[in-house]
Amino acid sequence: MIEIDIRLARPGGFSLAAAFSAPAAGVTALFGRSGAGKTTIIQAVAGVVRPDAGRIVVDGEVFFDQARGIDLPIEARRVGYVFQDARLFPHLSVDSNLRYGERRARATERPIRFEAVVDLLGIGHLLKRRPHTLSGGERQRVAIGRALLAQPRLLLMDEPLAALDEARKAEILPYLERLRDEVRLPILYVSHSIDEVVRLAALMVALADGRQIAAGPVAEVMANPELLPVIGRFDVGALLECTVARHDEAFALSDLTFPGGVLRVPQVGRPVGAAVRARVRARDVAIALSRPEEVSVSNLLSARIEAVRMQEGPYADIELSVGPSRLASMVTRESVARLRLAPGQAVWAMVKSVAVDSRRPESEPS
Amino acid sequence: MLTPEEWIAVRLSLEVAFWATFWSLPFAVLVAWVLARLDFPGKGLLDGLIYLPLVLPKVVVGYLLLLTLGARGAIGQYLDAWFGIKLIFTTAGATVAAAVVSFPLTVNAIRLALEAVDRGLEVAARTLGASRLDVFFSVTLPLMLPGVLSGALLAIASALGEFGATITFVSNVEGQTRTIPLAIYSATHMPDGDAMALRLTVVSVVLALGALLLAGLVDRRIRVMIGRA
Repeated sequence: MIEIDIRLARPGGFSLAAAFSAPAAGVTALFGRSGAGKTTIIQAVAGVVRPDAGRIVVDGEVFFDQARGIDLPIEARRVGYVFQDARLFPHLSVDSNLRYGERRARATERPIRFEAVVDLLGIGHLLKRRPHTLSGGERQRVAIGRALLAQPRLLLMDEPLAALDEARKAEILPYLERLRDEVRLPILYVSHSIDEVVRLAALMVALADGRQIAAGPVAEVMANPELLPVIGRFDVGALLECTVARHDEAFALSDLTFPGGVLRVPQVGRPVGAAVRARVRARDVAIALSRPEEVSVSNLLSARIEAVRMQEGPYADIELSVGPSRLASMVTRESVARLRLAPGQAVWAMVKSVAVDSRRPESEPS
Repeated sequence: MLTPEEWIAVRLSLEVAFWATFWSLPFAVLVAWVLARLDFPGKGLLDGLIYLPLVLPKVVVGYLLLLTLGARGAIGQYLDAWFGIKLIFTTAGATVAAAVVSFPLTVNAIRLALEAVDRGLEVAARTLGASRLDVFFSVTLPLMLPGVLSGALLAIASALGEFGATITFVSNVEGQTRTIPLAIYSATHMPDGDAMALRLTVVSVVLALGALLLAGLVDRRIRVMIGRA
């Protein structure tokens, strides 16, 4: 359990105030644009930055408490810090880099084994190499391994994918998922990518300009209208916790049930009964007044309009309910006027595209 | 090739230059670290004092050494009385003079190397459980090693050429303080010393050039070794 309640102000006008707690295992994402204060928070947890006030407690051990004058030095906190730029030691081999923290951990407190980490991250063939001969993705994997082998109480990951291109990101993400699922550690994960957050995190803390906007389960926070300016209009959407109902092998499709309905999606690589998370972006949801016949869209959901919010510019946000679940739709203000859309109205939601994240249910933090 | 007298001067020069650098190097690393990494009142003054021997006339440096470390000097009298250390007219004294004069050069080279070390790597090392001292020896020092070694070779080269402070502080005693420059100086005052001066001049050029080439070579080698090439 991580409890954070900190405030700080810097000359030049930047100030930060955040208060949240994260569970003993699983990923908690710190989400926001650059300059929002995400990195500052994990730097404070690591002891690299000292807050002006507040306290930081990890597993009952006080890292920082301004009122009581406690400020543990960095090396005593035992946090595994994965930096955006990897920061491998250039004068040491990959093997020595990995063992740097391990050697400095108490021999009695080494539950994380070298071979297991090398295996988990797929870096066995790199051990003899020097950091400058590695690709960006390999470097980041080694950096994660090095942090894990220091036998940390929690992992701090500062945009570990931000410096990588799309192909490298795709290469590392599965390792991060394995890490989340196989290592029982709390992970604070800084990101400005909502895709990464949805794929990896169970909880999220949204920040803007040093202010904490929302904190809680990812689906709940994502539904928070205050988050719109942070995520960006074109990425706003709803998150549905689904169960795989059946596979249609003939057409390579899967049916996912969620409270209130069914989504038909390209076949997912999870067995029937597995829990998956579906993300439906508002811009992928169109609205029809009557059930449309003869359309290519396969996901037609009977919905009710809960709210219509006109925005500046051409668009309006429509909040929909499908049974107990919520969906968001983005249509033009012109459409709202033409169809006379209003709260309480029964409509059909046409879902053009669904992004599915195959997360394992046992990875959910308690 | 060289007369026994000249060999003595060459050997003495190398000895003085080596030991002067050997003893001053740890202090140079410490001072460079303090100047590069710490902020405290009076830092500017310390900075100035360290670099003073570089800009002062070497004769003045030698005379100041005589005043402080000489037989009746403020510190020198106790060195003799308590430890039996005599600096005047001795090789030890010549070594001190060479060390003081080359110190600013060494500190400067090391400081530049230290400032080039990525502080982010030091932070990373601390998050992995290393104390400040541990970080210095396991990360900072290896990464600044090229600078330390080229600083050391620079110090040796400049100690080989030390003249003014040495002759003022410890005089020109054959076999004790008469290094190559002092021997050349003596030779030019002897009626038939031209050949000797010329031979020692050639030796000087060869030694200095050798030290500079070696510095470059070592620097490249180490950069490759620590993955900085």
